[in-house]
Amino acid sequence: MRRTLITAGIVLASQAAAETPVLTVYAGDYFTSEWGPGPMIETGFEEICGCDLQFSTGDLVPRLLLEGARTKADVVMGLTSDVTSKARATGLFAPHGQDNGALTLPVDWTDDTFLPFNYGHAAFVYNTATVANPPASFEAMLDMPDDVKIVIQDPRTSLSGLALVLWVQSVFGDDAGAAWEKLAPNILTVTKDWSASYGMFTDGEADMVLSYTTSPAYHMFAEDDFTRKAAIFPEGHYFMVETVGKIAATDQPELADAFMAYVMSESFQSSIPQANWSLPSALPQDQWPEGWAQLPLPDKVLFYSEADATALQAEAIETWRAALSQ
Amino acid sequence: MARSAQPISGHAGIVAGTLVVAAVLLAFLGIGLRAEASAGFGAAEWQAIRFTVVQSVLSALISVALAIPLARALARRDLPGRQLLITLLGAPFILPVIVAVLGLLAVFGRNGWVNAAFGTLGLPPVSIYGLHGVVLAHVFFNLPLATRLLLQGWQSIPAERFRLAAQLNLSPWVIFRTIEVPLLARILPGAAALIFVICLTSFAVALTLGGGPRATTIELAIYQAFRFDFDLSKAALLSVIQLVLAGGAAVLALWIIPQISLTGGMDRPVQRWDGRGGLQRFGDGVAILLGAGFLLLPLFSVAVSGLIGLPEVPASVWRAALTSLWVAGISVCVLLAVALPLAGWIAIHARGSVEAIGLLGLSASPLMIGTGWFILINPIADPVSLSLLVTAVVNALMALPFALRIVVPGIREALQSHGRLCMTLNMTGWTTWRWVILPRALPQIGFAAGLTGALSIGDLGVIALFADPDRTTLPLQMYRLMGAYKTEAAAGAALILLAMALGIFWSFDRGARWYART
Repeated sequence: MRRTLITAGIVLASQAAAETPVLTVYAGDYFTSEWGPGPMIETGFEEICGCDLQFSTGDLVPRLLLEGARTKADVVMGLTSDVTSKARATGLFAPHGQDNGALTLPVDWTDDTFLPFNYGHAAFVYNTATVANPPASFEAMLDMPDDVKIVIQDPRTSLSGLALVLWVQSVFGDDAGAAWEKLAPNILTVTKDWSASYGMFTDGEADMVLSYTTSPAYHMFAEDDFTRKAAIFPEGHYFMVETVGKIAATDQPELADAFMAYVMSESFQSSIPQANWSLPSALPQDQWPEGWAQLPLPDKVLFYSEADATALQAEAIETWRAALSQ
Repeated sequence: MARSAQPISGHAGIVAGTLVVAAVLLAFLGIGLRAEASAGFGAAEWQAIRFTVVQSVLSALISVALAIPLARALARRDLPGRQLLITLLGAPFILPVIVAVLGLLAVFGRNGWVNAAFGTLGLPPVSIYGLHGVVLAHVFFNLPLATRLLLQGWQSIPAERFRLAAQLNLSPWVIFRTIEVPLLARILPGAAALIFVICLTSFAVALTLGGGPRATTIELAIYQAFRFDFDLSKAALLSVIQLVLAGGAAVLALWIIPQISLTGGMDRPVQRWDGRGGLQRFGDGVAILLGAGFLLLPLFSVAVSGLIGLPEVPASVWRAALTSLWVAGISVCVLLAVALPLAGWIAIHARGSVEAIGLLGLSASPLMIGTGWFILINPIADPVSLSLLVTAVVNALMALPFALRIVVPGIREALQSHGRLCMTLNMTGWTTWRWVILPRALPQIGFAAGLTGALSIGDLGVIALFADPDRTTLPLQMYRLMGAYKTEAAAGAALILLAMALGIFWSFDRGARWYART
């Protein structure tokens, strides 16, 4: 017992002596595991900042809303544009201070609070071994034979599921309900989150899965497996972006600013593809890692502004629910 | 007539019961502090309530109905490896939902073994998606619990009764009617109520196997209200509805029906002269074979894919496993500290309606308890640093109703058979616990502790809401692997999880029984 106390005392004393400033970054749960983007970001930033970057993971929006002004975050990383309006309404965020003109996104980005650090598009991924004739368009997808089964995610529990209902809303507008009814026989089931869906897809339970245009990259570059492909639709694909924002009341404003600049740096941007299996937000295609520029991507990108996405959200979910409850 | 004096008092139990009620009420208070006017209930919410009740009733009824032949067969057959079989049959109950679902899909899914067999026989494929899939999964989870509860009752029928019945040359049917049916009448309602409540709070099973929004449960509506709409008052209201449904079922089952009061069994097969006929043997064999097949094949598939993925498992999974072990240990301690005094209090009463308190923690949505406590802790301390402790306490609360169902009969029996002696010897309070109750109820206490530890190991729980990256639990780490395309490594982690849950359950269960015998 005494030894423990002494050890604890030494540890505390040495921490106090070092006085390394700490930057607390809230991030999505997938971030901080050793195969997530967290470790790469932590090492990269600590090399230049002379500080200690600490991640704190969890469910970002509920947590920020619950903590309010008492939040310990200096920076929040991983809010998608479909939920930033709720985060913005807390009044906790300060302008990001970076040049939006340096972004290489397929859409115009004018937001001065939330800075994108990566993106991808919602897409249906299929196995070339079991789907010989992948649908060439969203319209064709609705007419697929009933025995081609897809798994999707629930828009009430997952951001990818929410992106899907907004995607359908954006392609079919007032006919969204009818589109869902046509797709219904092909929907094997709806899962809580992306992980459960993708697991069912890789286990061969489903032929197609709602995922991202960048999912095949993981199989190609990490597994040398070229049998997974994203079906590209001429109607366009819903754009999904993850952002980083700075907390106004941070006690480390310089560090937070340095972090925002680091997010836009080439070293950060060029490691996003392999660390996060998504596309960098501020890096021209010719500087993407080997092979990434060949990844099939949609020509047309569909995107709702934060305000439109928020306004449409409830209606899009209810259309989905009503059509699939028949 | 005044209630006869008891050698133990209910004071500690009243304190424990008050703490449980307070833990839940404070969580609601926390949410109440932050709740604003709600958007109100729409068609979606009412549909969710309807679906939840229908699937819970079906799941509970089918689970207990199937448990009768299975428990009866296990009670009267002395098979080689019977103990191992009973332990393994308990495994589905403690499996993390997503692991169990993947196991079920390997057997009953579109490309599963059942459909492969049907295909070779030229039969049309069966689909596991829809209401029947949800019920199938819930039966898979809860048949083991019902079987264990029934088995415990069956073991407790004194062997002399069967001997007497054999001497009187009673037919198997008469024996069933006179000895076994009264037993079933006492155990089944409580078991069914418990399973009803478990299924009431089901979420991921209904979502994955339900096939779509038709299969929305109340718990999902709570999740949506909280995480997506951030409508705390709607979430709280839905939690209250869930609580009322669960409480109603529990009070009905526990209050109307007299308590189980039988001798505690040692889980050894009873000598059954009525089970010797060929027809009985055949029936028992079929029940055991079907039950074991249904419960063990999905586990087998989890084990096989886990073994393939085991080499891919990173070191962090083992660190997470240690953290989970720690959480499980705390859960067991919290549970014992609350359940034992509470069980003593319930046992000195003739009726078990107090047992409904135990259901509070399970039926009040863990999500709401976690959130409520987050709001309460936040102004005082960093909730994230306490996330493991909150997880452990919530796990203990969720295991409380099972523990009470298991432990109360043992304590009641100890008091009935030795209470008067204790009073004569002027033995009261702790001394009675130490020398009379604990030694006699130890097998049941071990079973309850094992169940709690195992449930806690497999529970993802509130930790996913606010976690410190250095304090990852095994289920959370497994989800992260799945979320990073590493499905093989996740399968390996699932196997570790399964082995740990079984290991914890087995060591408490067997350990306590071994100690009780020596």
